[in-house]
Amino acid sequence: MTQTKAGIRIEDLHLSFGDTKVLEGIDMVIEPGEFFAFLGPSGSGKSTLLRAIAGFGPTPRGRILIGDRDIANLPPWRRNVGMVFQSYALWPHMSVRRNVAFGLEERRLPAREIGPKVERALEIVGLLHLADRMPAQLSGGQQQRVALARTIAIEPQVLLLDEPLSNLDAALRVQMRRELLALQRKLGLTTIFVTHDQEEANTTSDRMAVLDKGVIQQIGTPQHLYDQPANAFVAGFLGTANILKGALQGAEFVTAGGQHLPVAAMVKGANCIVLRPQNIHISMSDGTIAGRVAHREFLGSQIRYLVDTADGKIIVDTLHSSGRPPYDEGAPVSLAIDSQNAPLLVA
Amino acid sequence: MPNTSQTASSGFTLFPRLSGAAVAGILIAIFLMAFLILPVAQVIYVAFLEARTGSFTLQNFQDFFSTTLFRESFVNSFYVSLMSVVVATVIALPLAYITTRFNFGGAAVIQALGVIPLIMPPFVGAVAMSLLFGRNGSINLLLNQYLGFRIPFMEGLNGVILVQSIHYFPFILINLSASLRNIDRSMEEAAQNLGSYGMRMFRRIVFPLAMPGYLAGAALVFIKVFDDLGTPLLLNVNNMLAPQAYLRITGVGINDPMGYVISFILVAFSVFSLWVSFLFMRGKDYATVQKGGGGLSRRDLKPREKWLAWGVILLILAMVLSPHIGLLLLAFGTIWSFSPLPDGFTVQHFGTIFTQSSQYVWNTLVYAGSAAVVDVVLGTAIAYIVIRTGLPGRKWLDYMATAALAVPGVVLGIGYLRMFHGIQLPFGLGQMSSFWGIIIVALAVRRLPYALRACMAALQQVALSLEEAAESLGASRSSTIRRIVVPLMTGGILAGFVTSFATAAVELSATIMLVGRSSDAPLAYGIYLYMQSPAGRGPGAALGILAVVIVAVGTYLSQRIIERERARQTMTGDQH
Repeated sequence: MTQTKAGIRIEDLHLSFGDTKVLEGIDMVIEPGEFFAFLGPSGSGKSTLLRAIAGFGPTPRGRILIGDRDIANLPPWRRNVGMVFQSYALWPHMSVRRNVAFGLEERRLPAREIGPKVERALEIVGLLHLADRMPAQLSGGQQQRVALARTIAIEPQVLLLDEPLSNLDAALRVQMRRELLALQRKLGLTTIFVTHDQEEANTTSDRMAVLDKGVIQQIGTPQHLYDQPANAFVAGFLGTANILKGALQGAEFVTAGGQHLPVAAMVKGANCIVLRPQNIHISMSDGTIAGRVAHREFLGSQIRYLVDTADGKIIVDTLHSSGRPPYDEGAPVSLAIDSQNAPLLVA
Repeated sequence: MPNTSQTASSGFTLFPRLSGAAVAGILIAIFLMAFLILPVAQVIYVAFLEARTGSFTLQNFQDFFSTTLFRESFVNSFYVSLMSVVVATVIALPLAYITTRFNFGGAAVIQALGVIPLIMPPFVGAVAMSLLFGRNGSINLLLNQYLGFRIPFMEGLNGVILVQSIHYFPFILINLSASLRNIDRSMEEAAQNLGSYGMRMFRRIVFPLAMPGYLAGAALVFIKVFDDLGTPLLLNVNNMLAPQAYLRITGVGINDPMGYVISFILVAFSVFSLWVSFLFMRGKDYATVQKGGGGLSRRDLKPREKWLAWGVILLILAMVLSPHIGLLLLAFGTIWSFSPLPDGFTVQHFGTIFTQSSQYVWNTLVYAGSAAVVDVVLGTAIAYIVIRTGLPGRKWLDYMATAALAVPGVVLGIGYLRMFHGIQLPFGLGQMSSFWGIIIVALAVRRLPYALRACMAALQQVALSLEEAAESLGASRSSTIRRIVVPLMTGGILAGFVTSFATAAVELSATIMLVGRSSDAPLAYGIYLYMQSPAGRGPGAALGILAVVIVAVGTYLSQRIIERERARQTMTGDQH
């Protein structure tokens, strides 16, 4: 299938439900062919933003451009934007084939073109052999693929996926996200993927936007957002973070608890440092920060400690190797912090 | 079950020790066999018997179809039922559409429209309707005076169709709105996303998804109208099947085969329509609403559309209220004939019924009350046996009790007459078929399916773990049922009781066959008697008002109970 690659540009988008502001000042550019994720907790506005692009929900203020066409004021059926719904929204009274053919029929394509296009779309998702089943006879993963086939059959300019993996069980979720990515690469379709799961966003997307309270917190590649979070929300939402307060003094960050941590980067006015649990080493006495184990969790490959220190509770992860006895709760320990590359924030 | 394993180990016993549930199950099965299955089976059996010799024959059916009157009755019953479905659909469709698709201020009015007709039994309003809409009724008098023409609203079969569709359209409204509400918004959005919109989308997506609900409602209306006896009788339309069955049995006699042939046809049609609607419904449970989602997207009405919507609703409201208004005018009017309104107003009719006919009211309370008690006791027992025990054949209790849905009142009445007419009761109670107690049994059997559904729903909401908790703390099976299960089911049982009571209080078709003496007659029969003569219409309407009040209060109470239960359920449900 040949799609014309189109980028998406959103300019100063505002949206509210009645008096409640749901999206504020959204600006972003999504490149043609990019796999882009909207990541955020529930209620952050990520789904609302996706639905606004598809034309559902209250009319937003601002501009939404696909290619160079402003679609903000078009009804949903004129946008040529393919959306896969969280619930899949397969019509239960139509067979798989009829579901997939629907969009093509609505476009008034001649029947002789519809048949092959339907088969092609079903072939892409590997379900051609189930074309004459009813949706209720399919498993969750198969329904998902039909929903996908139904959407790509109309050859949309962009593909919108609203939490597409949330209704699948854990094992299938990992498999489907790989398939989704492979399919997106094959079709080269500009894709937006909404999720609240940072792992899903990290593993699939080229770039992502982290949303909270209707505002974009940061946009960038997954690794960039993890390593250089723009604020405490992004730092905490992408992985686990210890955020210690303090101030810069020369090449050191001095915490409120009096610890001197050497840092490489200089951020003017920084008053917080982000320490990832895996960058802190726990030992009996080899570190610089004294503490006491408050709590211990066994996570399988890792052991996570919560250590009481002068800077409050600090989370430390250590690799677990069998046979090595862990530190007991209440045991005095010492922490060594690798702070050279730790991001600094102005909070 | 623990008890049976004990008996198995003790070897053969003359009287095996049965569990309480098994004893209850057997007793219920005997009751249903005696008062539902056998009487109906007997009716069907007799339809195939040569009246004199008692040998098997199809002659009766041949006689039936070679008699012009019966052929006509058959066609009329079919036509009336079909047209009632059509007219009821015409009334229900815009109401369902307006409530589910638009943000409409008058939603409460539409909800009321779905209840008001049901609180008045159709035969009660029938006479009032002919005074309003008949050839010389108020509307036609006014039409003729000012515009010079009349509309035959109530001529012959039209009257039955009008009265029935006004009464029964809520079944379609309720089912259709429910299935429209069960369509998830994403169904529609997915279609829009793929380029569909407007009427085309409605036809391809919304309409097919709502179809099963509509058909369920339509089948119900069809059966109810097909089986109804009271309305055609009161409108003096005798060339339909149910009135013919009644007239043959009461006029020609209990041995006339035609009554049985008609009964067979009535039962066959009921079973057939239930089966057809089941076929349509099978595998088509299209409820697609996701958690947190809710129904189709709604939009605001434009001013002009709003006026149009209100116009439609007020027109329907006027139609729906007309039997009520007519009945009030009749009950409080002096003489009402050849004039748009009664000549004067009086409360004398109420005086008449309280001095002369208070036995009707008293009998109704006793009959309907007892029948409702029987229903909830049986309903609770059957629900428990079916849902919570492993008793073999337990499903059959449910099937048997529910089968009453497919048995028209006339048929049950004829079955009782046939089965019990020779049986003399002890203690000077007379013949069993004319004993007032049999009316209670008939009412109980007729209303059991509804009470049973209420009890089943109530029991399904009692978590099994609550029972297990009681048992693990040392409570026996029976004291668990008594102290935990039944108290938790109270709301549902009460709602079942009130519904059974209110509907049994105005049932006419079975009772009309079974009333032995006027002093044993309930309200519905009293209304029928009074309405026979023009002079009796006033008191008859006054009795009708009483009936409406009883049903209205009952409906209100059961709604309140159900709502309170629901509130309690969600309260406790949120905690886990």
